[in-house]
Amino acid sequence: MAETVLETYGLTMRFGGVVASDNVDFKLHARELRCLIGPNGAGKSTFFKCVTGLQTPTEGEVYMRGVETTHWMPHQIASLGIGIKTQTPNVMDSLSVFENIWLAARRFFNSREANRKTQDIIERLALGAIARNDLGQLAHGERQRVELGLVAVGDPWLVFLDEPAAGMSAEDVERMTGIIHELNKTTAIIVVEHDMQFIRSIAKMVTVFHQGKILMEDHVDRVMSDPTVRNVYLGKNA
Amino acid sequence: MQGSLSKDAIIVIIVTAILIWIMPFIISTYTLTVLIIYGMLGLSLGLIWGFGGILCFGQAAFFGLGAYTYAIAAINFGESTIPMVLAVLVPAVFAALLGAMMFYGRLTDVYLGVITLVVTLILFKFINSTAGPQYVIGNARLGGFNGIPGFQTLNIPGRPDDYIWGDSYFYVCAILLAVVFFLVSALLRSSFGRIAVGIRENETRMSLMGYDVRARKTVLFAAGAAIAGLAGALFANWGEIVTPSLFSLGQSAEIIIWCIVGGLGTRLGPIIGAAGLAYLKFLLGQQMLIDNTLITGLILVLFVLFLPKGIVPAISNMWKVSFGRRQLGRIHQQRRIRHRGRANG
Amino acid sequence: MDLTVVLLVEMLYAVASLILISAGLAVVFGMMKVINLAHGEFMMMGGYATITAVNWGVNIFVAILIIAPLVVGLIGLVVERVVIRHLYGRLVDTMLATWGLSLFFIGLATMIFGNTTTGISTPIPGFTVGTYQISGYNFFIIVVAVFLLIGMFAVLKGTRAGLIARGAMQKSDMAAALGYSPDRIYMATFFCGCALSGLAGAVLAPLVGLVPTSGGAYIAKAFITVIAGGPSLIAGLFSSAGLFGIVNQVFTFAISPVIGEVALLVAAVVLLRLLPQGITGKIFKGKL
Repeated sequence: MAETVLETYGLTMRFGGVVASDNVDFKLHARELRCLIGPNGAGKSTFFKCVTGLQTPTEGEVYMRGVETTHWMPHQIASLGIGIKTQTPNVMDSLSVFENIWLAARRFFNSREANRKTQDIIERLALGAIARNDLGQLAHGERQRVELGLVAVGDPWLVFLDEPAAGMSAEDVERMTGIIHELNKTTAIIVVEHDMQFIRSIAKMVTVFHQGKILMEDHVDRVMSDPTVRNVYLGKNA
Repeated sequence: MQGSLSKDAIIVIIVTAILIWIMPFIISTYTLTVLIIYGMLGLSLGLIWGFGGILCFGQAAFFGLGAYTYAIAAINFGESTIPMVLAVLVPAVFAALLGAMMFYGRLTDVYLGVITLVVTLILFKFINSTAGPQYVIGNARLGGFNGIPGFQTLNIPGRPDDYIWGDSYFYVCAILLAVVFFLVSALLRSSFGRIAVGIRENETRMSLMGYDVRARKTVLFAAGAAIAGLAGALFANWGEIVTPSLFSLGQSAEIIIWCIVGGLGTRLGPIIGAAGLAYLKFLLGQQMLIDNTLITGLILVLFVLFLPKGIVPAISNMWKVSFGRRQLGRIHQQRRIRHRGRANG
Repeated sequence: MDLTVVLLVEMLYAVASLILISAGLAVVFGMMKVINLAHGEFMMMGGYATITAVNWGVNIFVAILIIAPLVVGLIGLVVERVVIRHLYGRLVDTMLATWGLSLFFIGLATMIFGNTTTGISTPIPGFTVGTYQISGYNFFIIVVAVFLLIGMFAVLKGTRAGLIARGAMQKSDMAAALGYSPDRIYMATFFCGCALSGLAGAVLAPLVGLVPTSGGAYIAKAFITVIAGGPSLIAGLFSSAGLFGIVNQVFTFAISPVIGEVALLVAAVVLLRLLPQGITGKIFKGKL
């Protein structure tokens, strides 16, 4: 069995009377690729935010590679070697692609090494032609790709991606799939996603959230054919 | 940010030398000295606001604190070297404490503005109320609204009787401004400076990359305060008296106006804005027809409405459009339109 | 006993004057998310409008309650059309532009009225409680503040215009989608906010010697009260004015007026550190 990189025990998040995340136990192994799916409000984004430190959970514990990170700030969690991409593109608009990625690289390497790493990522993600352009000038798909570059440049061992394929063209999604697979060779990845097509193309294991709880956790094919999951998604159950 | 640091240094030295030589033919060195000091004060806010995104409504507090620290220390020491150092350190430490309180409390934007404004007011009110003889630090009486006169002014280090004044004081200030300008350039070229710009652009992103935004903003804030403190000490030496008006909101407002008019996100803009507007004010002060404050206010409103990016970026854009290659010009224009669109959206 | 009465009145007066000082700013900030740093100057102009009107032989209460708010409201309307409307949604820019306006108005007032102190006497005589003297005008201020709060509540809760304004406050694009021009709403709101500032300046005018720079004394307090109050208009205004007014008076009485002011400011800093979203960001959430 591979090393465990992320564990949560009884993770609970309440907003007033609403339980957005309810007693979630979760485990992820090194170099695993896991998709979190579920209808809107199922609690996958809350789970994502609690684990990455963007929100502090009401109860429960989070461990990363055995270190408890429950009440940590996002920058402390990221410093462990964890890449985080939020739902909306979160980049420095008036800086160039190179500068954006360089800033991410500089956190983990010295200045010279960061230059090299940045060049490397720019080549790998085929961003060379736009490397000197400001992010504000780029198309949505390109911005998403740059953000993936920011996440990847620090050689993370765990990556969180919140809806990486949202609002992208088919071509861009295909390219994104390739990048995620390549990243997955060296790091564990958690993808929060709606797009079933995209999930099918990247995932093996899928965790289904429903009403703040984990509904089931299984191989993508079995999850897709499961009647309960179908009901949850199509709302026939209600 | 192209080119190298050594090139920066050479340009700074040449430009400074030329200006020191030419400017005294146009304006008296006494007036020039205070313009230089204001330039340094403008640069201090330009650094934290233009490159760090921290809008401080109370930069005057650090300026005043530097001036008062110098005056009080100079009376007590009877020599100027240690007081000069203290005048830089005290505001920096004060800003570090204040900044830590604000940034670790995750205060942003408006709230930051309120707190810095309030702290300035507290200092102003406090200093104003210290007229009584019980308010003494060492041998120095704080003097309330009358301020502190008659302290030891700048002398050659170790020789308290050799005062630096008049033209020599002008040279000292000019060279100090050049040094500070160079240090700011070096800071902005360093990783720290580039990370600060990243934080200005997107705090959340930078913290998700693993940077401790709170600590970095605190350090930058303190660096800005240190420069303002130095400017304050120089001002104290120039005026030979310090008064509570150094802390006033009007003073803070002026610093912000200098930065806006000169141009944010540039190193030169705040300096030019400060010196230019201060000189304009000096000229206006010699006529009685139109009130001075009215014009200052009008300038600020007009700039916010019509030239929100300031003079220096506008000129450098114009330069690029007319003298750069055509292609480049068009890209820049597009970018400008895009910026404008986003700002309005 | 006498002392308690006097202290109570003084505290009520402090709270009431904070409410008056901040109301105009609160309306403009709460509804439009515009921080009007020329607020103090609008108050100053309200004061000058009153004094000028009284000098022309107008009854002082007419001058305070009708003329000053109208005059300042109209000035505000012009300001909104010429400057503010170009800057909606740009919080920092509006702050800077209104700061510029504040300097502009100070300069203008200096040119018109000169840099000298003017004033009028209070229209209500004082009376004594035991050995203490209380200014009768303080009661007038308390009454005006109470009516102001009730009036604001009634307008927002009870009238159609108030309902539209509340809607626009929460979601301006939605109000626009329903056919209410946000442009008009903003214009009306700014007019009301400025009129309130004018009223406050007028009410306080008999108590202070008016100079063109008088506004500066108000703006910081108003700014702090509104920000510390948080998102709810009336509840926020009432709670933060109450807190700061009492803190101010207690320290003024116990130590000195300067310490009272400083205590108010320190209280504001501590409060914002603890509740960065203001009082009503945490408590009384969702109230008016």
